[in-house]
Amino acid sequence: MGQNERVSPVNRTTAAASFSVSFTVGLYGVAFGAAGIAAGFSLTQTCLLSLLTFSGASQFAVVGVLGAGGSAISGIATASLLGIRNALYGMRMAPIMKFRGFKRVIGAQVTIDESTGVALGQTELGVDAMRQGFWLTGIGVYIFWNIFTVVGALGAQAMGDPAAWGLDAAVPAAFLGLLWPRLTNKRERTLAISAMALSLALTPFVAAGIPIITTALLAVAFGWKSRP
Amino acid sequence: MSAMWIAVLGTSAIAFALKYFGHSVPEKYLSHPRALRINTLIPIALLSALVAVQTLTDKTKLVFDQRLAGLAVAVIALTLKAPFPVVVIGSAAASAAIFHLR
Repeated sequence: MGQNERVSPVNRTTAAASFSVSFTVGLYGVAFGAAGIAAGFSLTQTCLLSLLTFSGASQFAVVGVLGAGGSAISGIATASLLGIRNALYGMRMAPIMKFRGFKRVIGAQVTIDESTGVALGQTELGVDAMRQGFWLTGIGVYIFWNIFTVVGALGAQAMGDPAAWGLDAAVPAAFLGLLWPRLTNKRERTLAISAMALSLALTPFVAAGIPIITTALLAVAFGWKSRP
Repeated sequence: MSAMWIAVLGTSAIAFALKYFGHSVPEKYLSHPRALRINTLIPIALLSALVAVQTLTDKTKLVFDQRLAGLAVAVIALTLKAPFPVVVIGSAAASAAIFHLR
């Protein structure tokens, strides 16, 4: 096994981190697959979102908005606002990965929270480990996320009425699970409560989907000044 | 084309464009401190709104039903640092239980 000579303990550390992140995050795909079906998307549409959009929060958002009766435009807009951070990850990773041509297409598609996070976590191990972490995690999450999306979607299809199985509560719980680790200080917690209140207050008066995207203005207001 | 298909394809196209754009422009664009701050806060606002709307509304009405019990269980699970699957399954179980009791 000539390959083994090149696998240093450093690379094993990176590979282990990549695999555990890929598998754990990929499991969330079950929740997304079920959410897509519960929101009224077909099996094909749900799976295509995981294959093509491949960004968890954006995917949950678009099925959430349309599931609540929102228009395609407000679903796309909400999902896209959540996807802006992937552009920032790309800018952070570009000087390290230096993608050219078709590799940039593939590399861009797997530029997400996890691939960027694992890659930056390997900084002390050198640039090769960072690249390895990015690819292993990006491709790993892609594979597991898509497999588990199919599992969740098929499971939800077999269940029938989403409410009878608690799927109607599992979707907001999944959003809360995505939100929770982002609440690290008082400003963020105040923003979260304010956004909940604003979206509920607007609900009776505007078309579905609008109350959600309107809260992006709150984020702008809260982030304008650099207080802690 | 149905709204669902437009949403699937539109979301996917923009998601990829954003990712590709990031790899194609110098980092100095969009790295203004204010832009970075707001970008961190946008997911918090949108995810919070999604939690509230998905738990407490039905079309354009505010409703209190089994989903609120499910969300309460999710909050407890997250406070206890439970892993994601426990949070989701726990809240589904609580919501389903109330659904069948009503």
